[in-house]
Amino acid sequence: MSLRKDFANGLLAENPTFRLLLGMCPTLAVSTSVFNGIGMGLAATFVLVGSNAIVSLVRSIIPEKIRIPCYVVIIATFVTVVDLAMAGFTPALHQTLGIFIPLIVVNCIILARAEAFASKRALLNSIADGFGMGIGFTLALVVLSLIREMLGTGVVFAAPDFNFAGVKLLADEYRSVIMILAPGGFITLGCTLGLINWLSRRRSSGGSKS
Amino acid sequence: MVAKLMVIFFSAILINNFVLTRFLGICPFLGVSQQIETAIGMGLAVVFVLTLASAMTWVVQHLILVPLGLGFLQTVAFILVIAALVQLVEMVIQKVSPTLYKALGVYLPLITTNCAVLGAAVLNIREGYTLVESTVHGAAAGVGFTMAIVLFAGIRERLAYSPVPVSFKGFPIALVTAGLLSIAFLGFAGFNLGKLFGM
Repeated sequence: MSLRKDFANGLLAENPTFRLLLGMCPTLAVSTSVFNGIGMGLAATFVLVGSNAIVSLVRSIIPEKIRIPCYVVIIATFVTVVDLAMAGFTPALHQTLGIFIPLIVVNCIILARAEAFASKRALLNSIADGFGMGIGFTLALVVLSLIREMLGTGVVFAAPDFNFAGVKLLADEYRSVIMILAPGGFITLGCTLGLINWLSRRRSSGGSKS
Repeated sequence: MVAKLMVIFFSAILINNFVLTRFLGICPFLGVSQQIETAIGMGLAVVFVLTLASAMTWVVQHLILVPLGLGFLQTVAFILVIAALVQLVEMVIQKVSPTLYKALGVYLPLITTNCAVLGAAVLNIREGYTLVESTVHGAAAGVGFTMAIVLFAGIRERLAYSPVPVSFKGFPIALVTAGLLSIAFLGFAGFNLGKLFGM
């Protein structure tokens, strides 16, 4: 298995959000704006790459029976690093993401990849997989937050930490606040998954004409 | 004192429902809600774990981490406490009710990665609750989770016999349905529970 294949796997074919259906909690909660989505995605990527690397390095030393708690401690350490870094360098983002930063430790994506991939593969492959899954997760968050932020606030790419007010795409009277509230998250993700299923079915029934 | 506890209890169930408003505990919410019986079993297990975890993590935070200046180890310490607690609960359920143990299957150890448990633990600390308030909050979070998952299971049992478009079968329609359920719970937003309980 080449490194490129391990990396590209997490982007589309086994996209953690849209295909593996992992990490739903942060996906729904954080996709209220593209900036938040990218921030969470990059934080999760950092933790994913770090934990995949360490788990791969120590995979022959960890006893089978206590492997899950060991993985969890490794992941929690990286999450603590990211948490403190964000508190220092991007305080507004840290405030908005709130409890979902420490909750990266129970993000199913990270534990699932440690268990299914990093515990069985070499260091470089695990790092590639970590990057691929992390960037795939970030892409999914960006897609969802583009929809929700645009329909919910009318503005996209608003970034309080960098004093950027965002690009206004929709007039004020066409906004619907419900998109950035809880129901908007569920409905956007549900419809996006339905759309992706429909596109996949069309592609596979289309057959020869790719 | 009791009034504040009642406010915490009911706001965690209705106004800030852990699943439908806070987005915590989505994975088991979507994964274990195909039938009402399994949903109830899962819900009760989560209530039990949440209540104990809220109490234990509060104790760890205030009696070990803070006095020793190890506040930054909160994430690591909490998740280890929760993992150990779930292991314990698993062994207890296996002894006390083997049928429930078999019914819950792989979902029991998965309560460790349930965002709701760690989420409640962290929220208790951030809100500055006392030990009693934290335990009540944890129990209420579990009750709210159970209510949401049982309601959802009831709907999904019906959905299984409805003409759903092929692309939407399974997760997509479940998510849209959860969204509608979430809109219903939005109706509780803005309730002045403090006034209701004479605070």
